Amino acid sequence: MTNMSKNISNKQDQTVLGILFSSPWIIGFILFFTYPIISSLYYSFCHFDIFRPAQWIGLGNYKELFTTDPYFWQSIWNTIFYVVLRVPLNIIGSLLLAMMVNRSLRGITVYRTLYFFPSLVAGVSISVIWMWMFNPQYGLINSFLRGIGTEGPLWLGSIRWSKPSLVLMSLWGIGGGRMILYLAALQGVPKSLYEAADVDGATGWSKFVHITIPMISPVLFLTLIFEVIGSFQVFTEAYVMTGGGPLNSTLFYNLYLYLKAFVDFDMGYACAMAWILCIAMLALTILQFRLARKWVFYAGR
Amino acid sequence: MQEDNNFMSNNAKKIAGKASLYLIYTFIGLIFFLPFLWMLSTSLKAGGEIFVYPPKFIPTEPRWENYVKAVRAIPFLIYFRNSVFITVMAIIGTVLSSSFVAYAFAKLKWRARDKVFFIVLFTAMFPMQVTMIPVFILYKNLGWLDSFKPLIIPYFFGGGAFNIFLMRQFFLTIPESLSEAARMDGCSDFGIYWSILLPLTKPAMITIALFTFLLTWNDFMGPLIFLSTKEKGTLALGLAMFVGQHGTEWHLLMALSVLILIPVVIIFIFCQRYFVEGITMTGIKG
Repeated sequence: MTNMSKNISNKQDQTVLGILFSSPWIIGFILFFTYPIISSLYYSFCHFDIFRPAQWIGLGNYKELFTTDPYFWQSIWNTIFYVVLRVPLNIIGSLLLAMMVNRSLRGITVYRTLYFFPSLVAGVSISVIWMWMFNPQYGLINSFLRGIGTEGPLWLGSIRWSKPSLVLMSLWGIGGGRMILYLAALQGVPKSLYEAADVDGATGWSKFVHITIPMISPVLFLTLIFEVIGSFQVFTEAYVMTGGGPLNSTLFYNLYLYLKAFVDFDMGYACAMAWILCIAMLALTILQFRLARKWVFYAGR
Repeated sequence: MQEDNNFMSNNAKKIAGKASLYLIYTFIGLIFFLPFLWMLSTSLKAGGEIFVYPPKFIPTEPRWENYVKAVRAIPFLIYFRNSVFITVMAIIGTVLSSSFVAYAFAKLKWRARDKVFFIVLFTAMFPMQVTMIPVFILYKNLGWLDSFKPLIIPYFFGGGAFNIFLMRQFFLTIPESLSEAARMDGCSDFGIYWSILLPLTKPAMITIALFTFLLTWNDFMGPLIFLSTKEKGTLALGLAMFVGQHGTEWHLLMALSVLILIPVVIIFIFCQRYFVEGITMTGIKG
């Protein structure tokens, strides 16, 4: 009897304790997430410049975005172009690198470290380094190309090359966290699977397609989700390196949103943009989870 | 004899294969490292030497005074102090609050726990742009703009979904019997969290501290939006401003970039294994 009442009081205690221990997050969730997200939705239906009170205009912002704002569509095009180019190249690059360093070779950890390190350089630093790398006259890349007898493009200064330049720069980080994750996943694939395939006379490629890819697919999927979300957020590089140019060719969605909000102070308009982005990202993530059923393989499920 | 020959050539093939493998790996490593060498070499060149073709990797005479010039070109020491302060405070906030909150999800049994934890993870899916503008207005009304508060205080409220998740995973690996034994001895839950679990999860805390360090040290958008007085800037902000004002003084720009990278290099050298362990941890349980 006493035992039972003790159990019950324990349970009650833990509900209180659970809320108590999670309270920092709960308060932060209300203050920095729920309240802002709801008011952001409200502002998106308003004309709001923060100096005067918000003024309800219904679907006005959305109508303007979809029908009359050419920069909105251009920023969407730029962002999708960048994401579609960057995501597969980064994931394939990291996977190739992980397979390379997944060997029992003396000193292999030195190479892993060497490939990993550039991924730590981010934000403004990486932008400044690569602005200089891409410099058309005196940069390292074009100096090298001149050395082998061709003239390189203007890179960041060319409408055609500005986005691919930023993608190329992003590849500098393929040896980072993603490579480490893939390496761990590759090392977790049971050797017996490959040995069985060898007995059946399987080629290297078919082992890769039928064993390696399915076995590491959960990790591939996880990194794909985060890489897509991360790529859509591209901002600092464009702000520092190109300012959105030349001719708006690197005016990415978040850069345009920032300019609308904090340069034009068209906050309602920017909130509408943020909500469109949010819904697009959620839809894309849900779609990826749906598609995952077709290609992601969970052992033991 | 025939067999012997075959064996020899096989062995030679093996060695040649290994050697070419090393060659390829080193070559790729060199490509990864070239931007760093290029940055270092430019930072030590004279102003005129930068614009020479073909470029030389080793400057005729290393100009260490570039670093002095670079530090004087912006309020470097003030920015450095600001960056260090913001980073350290953000790390303290993240480590303390994410572990505290994770305790509720890993070690306590309460009714809505799993539902709440799902919401925690769900918030990670939202781009920060959705909340950015109302949060800006909130800080404006609180009088927090142009202070470090917006860059520090939010970290004390859970430290982000990712870190809570990571901490919870670490807590789950610690056997329940340990907390039970302490509870028998009359230890409170706060006591269990503070004096039993925290000391055992040092590697996790270091990992989270490292991730937070990289995030805040490199953060650009936060300082850009929330800070406006020049003397309140961070290093990242100062470097970006310098690009706008002195975009062609590449030797000084590279010197500043080197200086911003030095703390990252030092911390990486000392904490390498925590990076790898932390990253692996997130992937396997994810």
